[in-house]
Amino acid sequence: MGKTGDNLRRYALAVSVHLALVVAWQLFVVYGKVPKFVMPTPLQAGAALFAGNYRWGDNILVTGSEIFGGYFLAVGIGVTIALIFSWSRFLEATFMPLLVSLNMIPKVALGPLIIVWFSYGVVPNTIIAFSIAFFPIVLTTARGLREVEPDLIDLVRSLNGSKWQIFTKIQLPGSLPYIFSGMKVAAVLAVAGAIVGEFLGSEKGLGYLMLQVQVTLDTPAMFMAVILITLIGVVLYGLVLGLERVLVVRDARVE
Amino acid sequence: MSRPVTEPFIHLAGLRKVYRKRGEEFLAVSDASFDVWPGELVALVGPSGCGKTTLLKILAGLHGHDGGEFRIGSATHPFNPSRDVGMVFQQALLLKWRRILDNVLLPTEILGLPRAESRERARDLLALVGLSGFEDKYPYELSGGMQQRAAIARALVHDPKLVLMDEPFGALDALTREKMNLELLRIWRESGKTIVFVTHGIAEAVFLGTRVVVLTAGPARMADNFEITLPHPRTLDMKTHESFGDYTRRIYRLLGME
Repeated sequence: MGKTGDNLRRYALAVSVHLALVVAWQLFVVYGKVPKFVMPTPLQAGAALFAGNYRWGDNILVTGSEIFGGYFLAVGIGVTIALIFSWSRFLEATFMPLLVSLNMIPKVALGPLIIVWFSYGVVPNTIIAFSIAFFPIVLTTARGLREVEPDLIDLVRSLNGSKWQIFTKIQLPGSLPYIFSGMKVAAVLAVAGAIVGEFLGSEKGLGYLMLQVQVTLDTPAMFMAVILITLIGVVLYGLVLGLERVLVVRDARVE
Repeated sequence: MSRPVTEPFIHLAGLRKVYRKRGEEFLAVSDASFDVWPGELVALVGPSGCGKTTLLKILAGLHGHDGGEFRIGSATHPFNPSRDVGMVFQQALLLKWRRILDNVLLPTEILGLPRAESRERARDLLALVGLSGFEDKYPYELSGGMQQRAAIARALVHDPKLVLMDEPFGALDALTREKMNLELLRIWRESGKTIVFVTHGIAEAVFLGTRVVVLTAGPARMADNFEITLPHPRTLDMKTHESFGDYTRRIYRLLGME
C-alpha cells in the first residue's frame, strides 16, 4: 500500500478518464444521431485504419520523420547554440536579443516562404518543425546554463579547478532539468510545425492525407489521421520523459 | 600539539581591500590585523557589510588584497593555496543530481585524488559528521541540518589545512543551529583543523571561537581581536557563565548596540 497503492490508483484514474471519453464520444454520436460525415463513432474511425487506400504506414513514416527530424535537429542545434552562448558572453549579448526577437515571429507564417525556398516535401516540413521547436530549447538551455551558484564556482576555484571542470561537473548537469523542460515544450510544437507544413504544401504525410479526404467528406479517415498524429506526438513526448527519468534526479526536475 | 609552534598559521597585518565600481572606490576591508594559530577556531563576527565575507574570500585565495601583509602557512605548517582550502557556505549547495557520497567527493575529483582512497575517506567523514547510512541518498532526502553536515564533510574530504565557513548555520532554525554548533566543535576537535568561521551571531561567535575577531561596518574596519578563554570541550551551560556574558557584552559594545 502507501506510495505504490497511490500510484496505482492514479494510473487507474488516468486510464479510466481516457476510456470514459471514448465511451462518451460513442454514446454522443449514436444517441445524438450525428451524421457520420460530421462525426464518426470511435469504431467507425477505427475501421478507417483497415479500409480504403489510405497508405497509413507510408504516411505515418513521412509525418513521423518530419516531426522527429525537425525535433532532433532543434535539440541538437538549440543546445549547441546555448552552449556557445554560455562560453562567450559577447556572443550571447550580441545574438540573444536577436533570437528573442526572431522568436516573436509566428513560425507558421514562415511556412509559405520556406516552401518557396525549399520546394515542398519532407525537407521544408522538417524545417518548419525545426524552426518552431528550436526557440524554447535555446532559451531554456541558455537559462539553465546561466543558473549556477556563484559560491559553487568559488568552491571549485578555491581548489584551482578549471573552467572545464566547472562546466562538466556543475554547469552542464545543473542545466539538464532546464534542457528537458524546453524539450518537452518543443515536442508538442514540433508536431504542430510538421502538420502545418503538410497543410501548406506536400504530397505525402498524414496532414496531406487529411486535406485529400476532406474533399470527399471522409470524416472517419480525418479522425484517424488526427489520432495517429497525436500518437506520434505521444511517442515523442514519452521518449523525452523517459530520458528525463534516466538523466535527471526527481527533485531537480523542472515541472 | 607535539611541536612548539612559534609562528602563526595565518598572519594578517593592516590588510586592506578596495572594490572599484564605476570609478568609485569602496573600502571593503581596512586595517585587518590578526593571527590564527594552527588548530584554532577563529570566529569573525560583525554586521552585514563589515567585510567578513570579503576577508574569507581573500583567505580562500579568490580575491587579492590592496595593501598590508597577508600570509598563510609557516615552516612547521606549510600551506598550498591551491589544495589546502575547504569551504562551507550558508547554503549547503549540494549538487542535486549527486548522491551524498558523490557530493562529498567533489573536491577530490577537482584535485584528481585517487578514487578508492577518497571514497573511503568520504565514508569516514560522513560517519564523523553523523551521516552514516546516508551515503546513497540524494540531497532532497535530507533535512537542512543534515545537508549542512554533508557540506562540512565535503569541505574536509581533501584533508585541507584550512576550513573557511561563511555563516554555515545561518539558514537553519534556532534549535538545529545550537545542535550544529556542538557538532562543529566536536568535528573540529576530532579533525584538528584550523577553522575560520564567519557569523553575525554574537553568542555563536563566543561559543565556538578560541578567538573572536570583531569587524564593524560603514566604514568597514577591524574593531577588536581577543581570545576566548572558556574551557574546552564547550558545553551549552557555559552560555550562562559570567565570562560568557562579559564576552558578548564586549562585542555588543564594539558594534554600538549597547
